[in-house]
Amino acid sequence: MSAILECKSLTKKFSNFTALSNVNLTLERGRIIGLLGPNGSGKTTLIKLINGLLVPNSGSLLINGKLPGTETKKIVSYLPEKTYLPEWMRVSETIEFFEDFYADFDRKKAYEMMERLHLDSKKRLKTLSKGTKEKVQLILVMSRKADLYCLDEPIGGVDPAARDYILNTIISNYNENATVLISTHLISDIEKVLDDVVFLKEGFVTMQSSVDDIRSKDGKSVDTLFREVFRC
Amino acid sequence: MKWELNTERPVYIQLIEQIQTEIISGNYKPGDKLPSVRDLAADATVNPNTMQRALVELERTGLLLTNRTSGRFITSDDKMIKKLKEESAKNQILEFIDKMHQLGFEPEETLTLFIEIVKNKD
Repeated sequence: MSAILECKSLTKKFSNFTALSNVNLTLERGRIIGLLGPNGSGKTTLIKLINGLLVPNSGSLLINGKLPGTETKKIVSYLPEKTYLPEWMRVSETIEFFEDFYADFDRKKAYEMMERLHLDSKKRLKTLSKGTKEKVQLILVMSRKADLYCLDEPIGGVDPAARDYILNTIISNYNENATVLISTHLISDIEKVLDDVVFLKEGFVTMQSSVDDIRSKDGKSVDTLFREVFRC
Repeated sequence: MKWELNTERPVYIQLIEQIQTEIISGNYKPGDKLPSVRDLAADATVNPNTMQRALVELERTGLLLTNRTSGRFITSDDKMIKKLKEESAKNQILEFIDKMHQLGFEPEETLTLFIEIVKNKD
């Protein structure tokens, strides 16, 4: 099977600055990849381009060989950094919403996960804490059988026990055809789960490597390397 | 199983070491069936590819055997396990001698001290 994502000389500019410069990136199937970089380095821009929410200025971005559009949205499951579901919806209604929208949505799985995290499906989103809302949104995203999952800061606002559960969900969800792209700051929590990392700095890809290569070549954890590379 | 993994060394190597320890200590008995890669990976909270890499390496050394339909098993070769146990012990001892040396003890001194402590232990 072909690579799930291919970016060639991808550039995205906003009115007065360049968010991504000449990005060349290939993501293989069956890998869990960390997209790492400081705030403002272009991580969310890249993820939005993958999801067709932004259009490149130049270069190309192909998902499973296709341009972002209806066909790619069927196979990409996106967890944005900010919750976007309407506050008035009940958790059960968000499940129905996803079921309506996505043919690959697994309702049973969603309910199982909600129960495991003790989430009351009758509650309206506006009554939930920020962290709980994030859990709901993550469960919805992971209950789809997608080829590419784009998770933008999936464990940020969440307590350590729930973080473990979320990482375990990502691991258990793993299949050789699907790829998980995780954009995060919480590197030490997540690095045992990653196959590869991509370092993004001011819109440039400065490194793409497997995590074990970093550990055996540099003798340090990804977290330690990150702190060195991006020292303020 | 209690996994202790740090992120400074390649994780797959640590997984190999810890599975070997489980086999040597008898927690995994010869002929035991291993859980699936996915279950082991979730238990250790590591990437399934990483766990797979460790298991494949253990298969290569013959410590694990694969039956295509029924999964992975610990070898029943007692001699192999014994040899591994002895090698692990040897490595531990060499490491200990080295550490004591860093503290300023020569191997002879270390031995004397060691025997004394073992005698007085119980």
